[in-house]
Amino acid sequence: MPYRLELTGITKRFPGVLANDNVTFAVKPGEIHALLGENGAGKSTLVKMIYGIMQPDAGEIRWDGQPVTVSNPKAARRLGIGMVFQHFSLFEALTVLENIALGMDAKIPARELEARIREVMTQYGLLLDPHRTVATLSVGERQRIEIVRALLLDPKLLIMDEPTSVLTPQEVEQLFEVLRKLAAQGCSILYISHKLHEIKALCDTATILRGGKLVDTCDPRQETSRSLAEKMIGAGLRDITRAEGRSIGQAKLVVSHLSTQKAGHFDVPVDDVSFTVRTGEIFGVAGVAGNGQNALLDALSGEIRSDKDAISIDGQGLGMLDTTGRRKRGLCAVPEERNGHAAVGDFSLSDNSVLTARDRLGMVVMGLINSGAAKTYTGKVIADFAVKALGPASTAGSLSGGNLQKYIMGREILQKPSVLVVSQPTWGVDAGAAAAIHQALVDLAAAGSAIVVISQDLDELRALCDTLAVINMGRLSPARPTKEVSVEEIGLLMGGVHGATEVHDAIPA
Amino acid sequence: MDLTLAIIVTVVGASTPILIAALGELVVERSGVLNLGVEGMMLIGAIAGFVVQFHTGNPYLALLSGAAAGTAASLIFGFLTLSLSANQTATGLALTIFGTGFSALAGSSYSARPVTLMQPFLPVEIAAHPIGKVLFGYSFPIYFAFAMVVVIWYFLHKTRAGLILRAVGENDQSAHSIGYSVIGVRYLAVMFGGAMAGIAGACFPLLLTPQWAERMTAGRGWIAVALVVFASWKPFRLLAGAYLFGLVMTMELYAKAGGGVLSVIPSELWAALPYLATIVVLVLISLRRDASTNAPACLGKPFLPTN
Repeated sequence: MPYRLELTGITKRFPGVLANDNVTFAVKPGEIHALLGENGAGKSTLVKMIYGIMQPDAGEIRWDGQPVTVSNPKAARRLGIGMVFQHFSLFEALTVLENIALGMDAKIPARELEARIREVMTQYGLLLDPHRTVATLSVGERQRIEIVRALLLDPKLLIMDEPTSVLTPQEVEQLFEVLRKLAAQGCSILYISHKLHEIKALCDTATILRGGKLVDTCDPRQETSRSLAEKMIGAGLRDITRAEGRSIGQAKLVVSHLSTQKAGHFDVPVDDVSFTVRTGEIFGVAGVAGNGQNALLDALSGEIRSDKDAISIDGQGLGMLDTTGRRKRGLCAVPEERNGHAAVGDFSLSDNSVLTARDRLGMVVMGLINSGAAKTYTGKVIADFAVKALGPASTAGSLSGGNLQKYIMGREILQKPSVLVVSQPTWGVDAGAAAAIHQALVDLAAAGSAIVVISQDLDELRALCDTLAVINMGRLSPARPTKEVSVEEIGLLMGGVHGATEVHDAIPA
Repeated sequence: MDLTLAIIVTVVGASTPILIAALGELVVERSGVLNLGVEGMMLIGAIAGFVVQFHTGNPYLALLSGAAAGTAASLIFGFLTLSLSANQTATGLALTIFGTGFSALAGSSYSARPVTLMQPFLPVEIAAHPIGKVLFGYSFPIYFAFAMVVVIWYFLHKTRAGLILRAVGENDQSAHSIGYSVIGVRYLAVMFGGAMAGIAGACFPLLLTPQWAERMTAGRGWIAVALVVFASWKPFRLLAGAYLFGLVMTMELYAKAGGGVLSVIPSELWAALPYLATIVVLVLISLRRDASTNAPACLGKPFLPTN
């Protein structure tokens, strides 16, 4: 049987970068094929050429055995190539139906299109109201639109660009069901991800890219997550080295009976939360997204103020202080949303450093910005955290997600805060960068800081934290030493079962 | 009765150019482009329409040449903002200044030389009766404006091309990644806006003042721009808004002429009313936090493909 898609010697050059260097691989009909690689390895560039958004500088694309030129996305769709983008190409002010109609090349009457949409939705269990405005839909529902839009074209190859980075575990499972169903019907799937366990669970073949070059094509089920990760980053994966004899000292950050007000329709406030983090301790907060993590981070960082004594460092209450006041006292925080919350996309990295490090590192003198100090500090962050950026003058928005995260973590960690609160420190970050960020957190704790890590990634928390608690519906479970809790117990707590007896209204997540 | 009739006829005449220009700008803004050069394009359309009417006496040819001149002016704007990604606000302002100067220069030899006004669409016999006069006593542009309200509403909401235009104004990057030509759609929208502004400009010598006067559009282009926001980018609200503004402007004229009750309020206040109303409406719209303001999300942002 001929291959559905064959790439031979694909090369793409950008000014200063070789994005794809002589890449050759093939996808069989009905195969779920993973495209694996770190941020900047050239995965996105490669699929953009398959989908006709870009043209290769050299090399050949064969489709069902025939050489083809995919000059634009329309040509790609005519061939039977569908794509679901990482950042949804949806129009928020338009309805589901209008959004789908825009993605169709053939002119189909609205009524007929709606009938076909409903047919595809029921066939694959992707339920949506076609007349809802996209702005009112959740992220998972928005992805369903993209998938339905692609499926309406009866694709023979479906490209999924990091589809699960925004989904809950349940939504991921539903998505996998749909993809397996599709593959069973003969549709090939090109699945881009850096989540190794997903690839091992879903894919038949994995093609691994590194620095624009093809490193290996293998069967992911025959590999371990570790061996895949090592191929991806091209070096042995470093384990987190914990400084021997790191001692946990006395109480540093004490949170007592912290509550917040419900701020908006979708806000989950925290309710009577108490915990203590000691010097040298990494304290983990686990939980399914949307259980009060955002409110907890905002209350700790100072974006939401509270009673003076609800939050204290070294016995001094600072609940009344704003973020600047708390930073002066040694409490730094990294929110989950990196572009727009943790950093200003249109500002240079240097200016972004001034925004959070100005007081602790004396970057503002008598109201004037000491740009030399900001530049030097930013250069140090870039160097120490291996941030791929041209320099301190690059804008934050020009960095890839993983690199921006490394910069933001570095910016806070190098300020040597006595308390650091981070949310989702490695969200959307590849394995190599994640290991570097974890190591930096461990080193900071070893130097005597108290650290709070809020994350949905249980593996991350179990590897990193000394103590764990679970947040559910805004309430925090009692803290337990990580070594003494099992995954099952954490899972139950995440579902809302506190202790053995107390049962909150558990939400079937 | 006669006064009421006269007022209605004046209101219709005053509202029509604003409505036509605003409809064009509505389409332009729905595609995500903010063209503040409406006033300038109207003046260029006005002088083109005047010159053709003066030499040929054919008002339809005059309207057509107004449209052509407005389109040409809009292409300057389009080239700068779409092909060269220049700042839309600055370019639009420059276009207005250019249009004011250019029309004054081109019209300098035509001062105090009258043209004939455009005649009613239907025969005078029907238009003689008071009701006939109110309904049918107007010339072509008035009916054209009404028809365009319906046509543009239908185009935006019922046709695929209109959906694409809204999509481009809502999220240019997504439209691009699906495979639509953002720049192409915006060029067409900008040209349509230019043609409509040109027709609106040509209405001034053809409907209102049968001679050339410098800056004869007297800021109506700016009211048209404000009206688009006032109407939340919806054609039928634009119709209501244009007639409301036309009514207030007519009140101002009557107040100035000492028209009884109306002169209780000084004419300066009448003149300020449309602008006050715009501000009040904008405040009310922005107070409704929950509902969207309906503004196209990409309005005024230059399109630079990210890949």
